[in-house]
Amino acid sequence: MPTHVPARIPVVDYLVLDPAPHLVAQECTGCSARYFDRRDGCASCFGSEFAPVTVTDSGKVVSFTIVAHARPGVKTPYIAAIIDCDGTWVRANLDGVAADPAAVSLGMPVHLVAYSLGADSAGTEAVGFAYRPDSPVGEQP
Amino acid sequence: MSSGDVWILGIAMTKFGKRPDTDVVGLGAEAVRGALGDAKISIRDIDVLASGSLRGPVSFGQLLQKQVGQTGIPVFNVANACATGATALRTAVMAIKAGEADLGLAVGAEKLAGAGLLGGGPAAAVGAVWQPEGRQGAIMPLDGIVSTENMPGVFAQIGMEYGHRYGGVTFDLLARISEKNHWHSTLNPLAAYSKAISKEEIMNDVMIAYPNTRPMCSANCDGAAAAVVVSDAKLRALSSAQRRRAVKISASVLTSDPYQPGCQVLPDVNTLTRQAAQTAYEKAGVEPGDLDLVELHDCFATAELVHYDNLMLCPVGGAVDFFESGAPLRTGRLPVNVSGGLQSKGHPIAATGIANVWEICTHLRGEAGPRQIQDAKVGLAHVIGLGSACGVHILERAAV
Repeated sequence: MPTHVPARIPVVDYLVLDPAPHLVAQECTGCSARYFDRRDGCASCFGSEFAPVTVTDSGKVVSFTIVAHARPGVKTPYIAAIIDCDGTWVRANLDGVAADPAAVSLGMPVHLVAYSLGADSAGTEAVGFAYRPDSPVGEQP
Repeated sequence: MSSGDVWILGIAMTKFGKRPDTDVVGLGAEAVRGALGDAKISIRDIDVLASGSLRGPVSFGQLLQKQVGQTGIPVFNVANACATGATALRTAVMAIKAGEADLGLAVGAEKLAGAGLLGGGPAAAVGAVWQPEGRQGAIMPLDGIVSTENMPGVFAQIGMEYGHRYGGVTFDLLARISEKNHWHSTLNPLAAYSKAISKEEIMNDVMIAYPNTRPMCSANCDGAAAAVVVSDAKLRALSSAQRRRAVKISASVLTSDPYQPGCQVLPDVNTLTRQAAQTAYEKAGVEPGDLDLVELHDCFATAELVHYDNLMLCPVGGAVDFFESGAPLRTGRLPVNVSGGLQSKGHPIAATGIANVWEICTHLRGEAGPRQIQDAKVGLAHVIGLGSACGVHILERAAV
């Protein structure tokens, strides 16, 4: 009996879902600068050739804010962070952490997680990504 | 005076705040009349107009001319985010330096009262059929889904990133930076808000994007500012009264953000500010220690902190210590934002990059009244427009 696999689509095209969700950057073949969008050229060395590279799933929080006030429809509060993944900076929300400054720390190790953003009217599931602390928050080593 | 110098001959800012009585062109006209009156010249004398209103009408400069005088001169309508006013001033200065004009007029005006949160797209719509769009193949608006795009959030991240590099950045510290600016504003009758707010009140106010609460964010308001700039040769031919009040533009610098790793993930407001400041100090032959006052772009309390460092008011990494030393208080060694800054004076976007120059000029002329910084001779005005553009002007009192 055939099983129906619901279609999935990533929230952005630099999130690649298979075999496991991971981020893919466009890396300049000339100077190794990395980008997360469709490129016409390199802002650093002005080259025009790029190769896809996998960004490591783990990183550390180099900055965050807790957004309490946003446009209508944006759920608040949430933690909007910048993650340093082995030298490649990524913008993403944090997941699995209370939206409380006491629960987040600069330098905190985190790893990539994917989550459902719901399905569209055709039944296609949107998949988003976030970063979750490596150790459960509040747990003392 | 020496040939090649460019001077501020007249400058004015309107009262900032809610101005339901007029539109953006009216605000601009008010600032222009003020600047021309201050310069004691006529619109007929002006050779070039550079103007900006970021959220105003197309051809803002020409609409302005229809209220202040259509003399047929070239108009440059400029837009550079929050650096729009500084860009207009820079454009007028360049026209004079190029020898194409003797007298130029720069104006910035904005109607922003009640604008609310700036930055970030619309919220994600649920139920539609996902369709990848744009350079990231996004299937929905990303603000709130993939980090934040709103200004309080982005600038909070900028301040926290400084904290990650150097440490010592706390909610309490940032609230005290804001407390300083609100305290300064009590002496500025043109500020949108001129009420002292205690650190405790600031910390307990509505949180917008941690660590920035509402009073730590720039105040959206209406306002305009305009400046008349003049060549050295032309200034020599003017009256002694005009020459005495002229303020020398020792440096007029505009930069954009050079590539840095990560700069397309978190906007880098640091490198272009440091480069603009470095160039400005070199051009002016001035060192940070020579400055008597600074007006810098405190669009958020977190931004003021990083710009102490970017403008080289302190050693690299020393912004927290600089604030803790008391230096940037109006009673301190190097007063910063004695106008009250954007958090209390207000931030009518395109006006800001000329209004900060007005503040410096007013002190250099000894006309700042109760908030006068005594014997001010050299000042620096800084703005940044996210995207990014940075304007730095160094101004010096006339040597008369």
